[in-house]
Amino acid sequence: MIHAELFLAFFIPNIIGYGGGPAIIPLIEAEVVGRYGWMSGQEFAEILALGNALPSPIATKMAGYVGYEVAGIGGALVAVFATVVPSLLLMLGALGLLYRHRDSPRVKRMSQWVRPVIAMMMAWLVVSFFMEGVNGAGLVHTLLIGATAAIALLRFRTHPAFVVLGALLYGAVMLG
Amino acid sequence: MIPLVHQEVVKRHGWLEDEEFADILAIANTLPGPIATKMPGYIGYRIGGVAGCANAVLAVILPMIVVMILMLGLFSRYRDVSWIHGMGQGVVPVVMVMMAQLAWDFLHKSRLALGWTVSLVMAAIAGGLIYWLGIHPGWVIGAILVTALLQPAPKAKPAEGGAP
Repeated sequence: MIHAELFLAFFIPNIIGYGGGPAIIPLIEAEVVGRYGWMSGQEFAEILALGNALPSPIATKMAGYVGYEVAGIGGALVAVFATVVPSLLLMLGALGLLYRHRDSPRVKRMSQWVRPVIAMMMAWLVVSFFMEGVNGAGLVHTLLIGATAAIALLRFRTHPAFVVLGALLYGAVMLG
Repeated sequence: MIPLVHQEVVKRHGWLEDEEFADILAIANTLPGPIATKMPGYIGYRIGGVAGCANAVLAVILPMIVVMILMLGLFSRYRDVSWIHGMGQGVVPVVMVMMAQLAWDFLHKSRLALGWTVSLVMAAIAGGLIYWLGIHPGWVIGAILVTALLQPAPKAKPAEGGAP
């Protein structure tokens, strides 16, 4: 049962997550935190922080870790399988069909029309992380860390790994 | 990551021609799911069948999954220690900023393709359906995808609407 749920929780986001790689993040949050309640918003934020600091695609890292947390090695296998295999099989199986339609305006439209919805869900996540921050670290620390992170990421183009590391250090010293 | 794969596959090993690589990339982009697993999966399959496919995909994803499990596993185990707890709280605002950056990026791309009005109206309707009425996002996005695919191709600008 848990394996079937894990499969669905990662299969659905990965089959509808058009519009770019990170599109799956709010969709996975909706399943893992919202629908199944396998982890808290705080834990999900920690996964995202580490996931953004490490190389390789975020989708498979999240699937591997969440699957393992929920149901051990078998869970990790199921979640990663649901992430990777369906779209890969489609690609191998329908190559000719996809090749003919690779520049079709309808196919382009699919990403274009899904993007505003994903943007909305991402904005919703921003609000929920803000609430999480206020409840945990408090308003002042949340604004201070958030503003520093924004300046580092946007203004100085610091690698996310260093920003995450900085926040971990700050948290250990100031919030511990 | 794509330029690095290109470097290895086309330049170094000569498994594919330049043009083939571009076609595969275009095809992979018509499908959902991470591009960084579809490309290696397909190329691995072409070179070495099912074993090649599995090999290529695992090489991309496995190392960092193991790192995630080890690091977060250790972290969760000592969550009760106060400074580790503080570390967890410290990264939440960073993730908030990263998510805001992504949200802006998606909205910006959406505005370039659809314009402000359509983007915001679609976002508002979808937000109402998902967060107010509690409809699963899969249904909302699924309906949009089907509409986008089935509606006749527009001549000039993308048609209005699309949200169910």
